[in-house]
Amino acid sequence: MSDRKDMELIAELVPPASRVLDLGCGNGELLAHLRDARQCTGYGIEIADANVLACVQRGVNVIQLNLEEGLAMFGDHSFDVVLQLDTMQHLRHTERMLRETARVGRVGIVSFPNFAHWPNRLHVLAGRMPVTKVLPYQWYDTPNIRVGTYADFEVLARKDGLRILNAFGIERGEIVRRWPNLRASVAVFKFDRG
Amino acid sequence: MGSVGHVTPLAMRFEQPLALRSGAQLADYTLVYETYGKLDADGGNAVLVCHALNASHHVAGTYAGQPKSEGWWDNLVGPGKPLDTDRFFVIGVNNLGSCFGSTGPTHTNPATGHAWGADFPVVTVEDWVDAQARLIDALGIRRLAAVLGGSLGGMQALDWALRYPDRLRCCIAVATAPNLSAQNIAFNEVARRAIVTDPDFHGGHFYRHGTLPRRGLRVARMIGHITYLSDDAMEAKFGRLLQGAELGYTTQDIEFQIEGYLRHQGDKFSEYFDANTYLLITRALDYFDPAREHGGDLTRAFAAARARFQLISFTTDWRFSPARSREIVKALLDNRLDVSYAEIEAPHGHDAFLLDDARYHAVLRACFDNLAGTAP
Repeated sequence: MSDRKDMELIAELVPPASRVLDLGCGNGELLAHLRDARQCTGYGIEIADANVLACVQRGVNVIQLNLEEGLAMFGDHSFDVVLQLDTMQHLRHTERMLRETARVGRVGIVSFPNFAHWPNRLHVLAGRMPVTKVLPYQWYDTPNIRVGTYADFEVLARKDGLRILNAFGIERGEIVRRWPNLRASVAVFKFDRG
Repeated sequence: MGSVGHVTPLAMRFEQPLALRSGAQLADYTLVYETYGKLDADGGNAVLVCHALNASHHVAGTYAGQPKSEGWWDNLVGPGKPLDTDRFFVIGVNNLGSCFGSTGPTHTNPATGHAWGADFPVVTVEDWVDAQARLIDALGIRRLAAVLGGSLGGMQALDWALRYPDRLRCCIAVATAPNLSAQNIAFNEVARRAIVTDPDFHGGHFYRHGTLPRRGLRVARMIGHITYLSDDAMEAKFGRLLQGAELGYTTQDIEFQIEGYLRHQGDKFSEYFDANTYLLITRALDYFDPAREHGGDLTRAFAAARARFQLISFTTDWRFSPARSREIVKALLDNRLDVSYAEIEAPHGHDAFLLDDARYHAVLRACFDNLAGTAP
């Protein structure tokens, strides 16, 4: 997560002393925070060399893997919480990864840029793809190969039989519960298999 | 970053018999070792470095009067280097059965008064680790900060975590595997047959005949060397470059530079390495399989471990591929052990673990920095 406040809001969704798997853990900042502030244990999965090194430097457990190859290494229900923060939009096999998240974790937490945030809608109304703080890339060089909305995720979760335990938007470090699909740049969902 | 400078090998004799995995025992034996850096008062900064097939206790530094005698992991071990001898006390130990000083087939069998030769008992990774543990006892070290090794050395590091779970804080296993594949064993067997069928081998008692099975050792080294390099590295270094200016249309002389290179490696090796040691060490590789006594279940094998683990593999290593390291990672995850795993994109194949690759060494440096910064 890029924003510290967003990270803390999401960390509060993780029960203390949980065993956590963080898919696309970046530099390990969240795992270190969960370890230090919430007595959690666990592992991060990361593909980028620089992030793997940053995790080792922080003393955070990190496994260098390509998430597109799936989570075959991890058993069913082997984690209390599986996090997929700011990662889903980079994956080609989004739905498979969501199912894997629900298989490996008792609880899954995802966050991703909400494409339906109102400034994005204005961009599209004006005939252009949005370029914003949360979606800062041009259409031709974006690593975000899956752009979805808060409302889209609700549909996908229903399709895959996931039960949403908690859901909100985040905008400028604040939780948005009223009209999050319109008012929040980041979507957050906590779910289990129902 | 500097060198540890001139070093001198030390020897320690053990009178207490060592029971070997095979059922045989060594009545007494000597281990040759080197140390670098200074042991803390509480003994908590000791790191054991385990060697692979053709290396020794000489991990770092040089021998006085021999400027080209750098230790085999000198790029990693020294003042300011990733394994920093200003902070850690580093131990390199030569394994039993070797030909570099510790008790092995070139030494005298007390029962016969002749060189052990082929009668030297078969030794395993477990036997080596037991012998190393006695050395660590004798040095007054209760708990190692880390055991580090690559390839066959990595197997020893893993075995430390299984046999002596409370005696190491961290296990660092590089370019290694939980056991050898059929293909790995096959390469070893070709090498062994080359040695054993050399007429100068004399059933392993060539010392008495004043000969060396050089031809067998050469072929063994050539085949081994091919497996240490990646296809790409070999292509980049040699391609189809010719030895001479034109093709000679000869079946027996060297035409391509790769042939000359392999022959040179084979020639060098056959002059300094003992044939019986080669057989023993390749067998130790074949036998290593901690899952075997747990019904083939590696997860159960690692249930005993307590250390934290750092595993590293190299993308072009086809001898001990990343998939083999991932098997180990999975077993550690299943046991909820602390583990980090880095898969280094390096072109050099298995040999990469000995080379100075910035990303690889940065991970090791971070790992040792953490060990230095935490209480034993």
